[in-house]
Amino acid sequence: MANRDDIKFLSNPKIGKKRSKYCRFRKFGIKHIDYKDPDFLAQFVNEQGKILPRRITGNSLKYQKKVAVAIKRCRHLAMLPYVTDLFK
Amino acid sequence: MRNYEVTFIVDPVLSSDEIKGTAQTYEDLIKDGGGKIVHVNEMGLRQLAYPINRRSSGIYYCIEFEIESGAIISNLELSMRRDERIIRFLTVALDKYGVQYNEDKRNGKIGKVERKDKKDKKKISRTVAPTSAIAEARSKGPSSGPSSPEVPPPAAYNEPGNEEE
Repeated sequence: MANRDDIKFLSNPKIGKKRSKYCRFRKFGIKHIDYKDPDFLAQFVNEQGKILPRRITGNSLKYQKKVAVAIKRCRHLAMLPYVTDLFK
Repeated sequence: MRNYEVTFIVDPVLSSDEIKGTAQTYEDLIKDGGGKIVHVNEMGLRQLAYPINRRSSGIYYCIEFEIESGAIISNLELSMRRDERIIRFLTVALDKYGVQYNEDKRNGKIGKVERKDKKDKKKISRTVAPTSAIAEARSKGPSSGPSSPEVPPPAAYNEPGNEEE
């Protein structure tokens, strides 16, 4: 049997592959999400300041809910905008 | 014992003595109510993300405290609502992870770890030396993760190239 390393591909087979998503909070063991850290929370927000869905961030349900609460608290304290354009 | 955290924004137009006095008022209010102040974080002058009462900046304060019951909170919030020096406030109950987080942050353990995660994602090359062993162990995790899928593609790329030659 030919090993996979022996087979030569004309095109790179890794090109079309999607990188699997993961929940960073589970992976790195982050238990608490700080609502006073807008730089961190900005990762979970799009250019208009909307919260990104789970299917894009890859967060688990438990932490997506915590992220959403933290972003809303952060907005209340005027550290993140409620609505904008060209945020980031 | 319960842990709470109250964050508020003070009007920047006031003089620095008045600003300190405002924070002191609420510290005293908590102490009089039987609370124990764990930490007062002066976050200083920050730009607001949107204008509040025609102010575009504010001075942020965060008081973390420990108290037997939350009965004082309604009183505290009422006095903040009546206080014209305060633009905005938020009171939050902390769970055990929140208390742990704040303690770690004070010791300089946490902020850097999260920056590190962010850096991996956005690929900004800012070097921050991790202080504690925990931070180092954590920083190794994310760096080995994304780098391993990045190594094979060049090798795979070259192989077909060599074949054609």
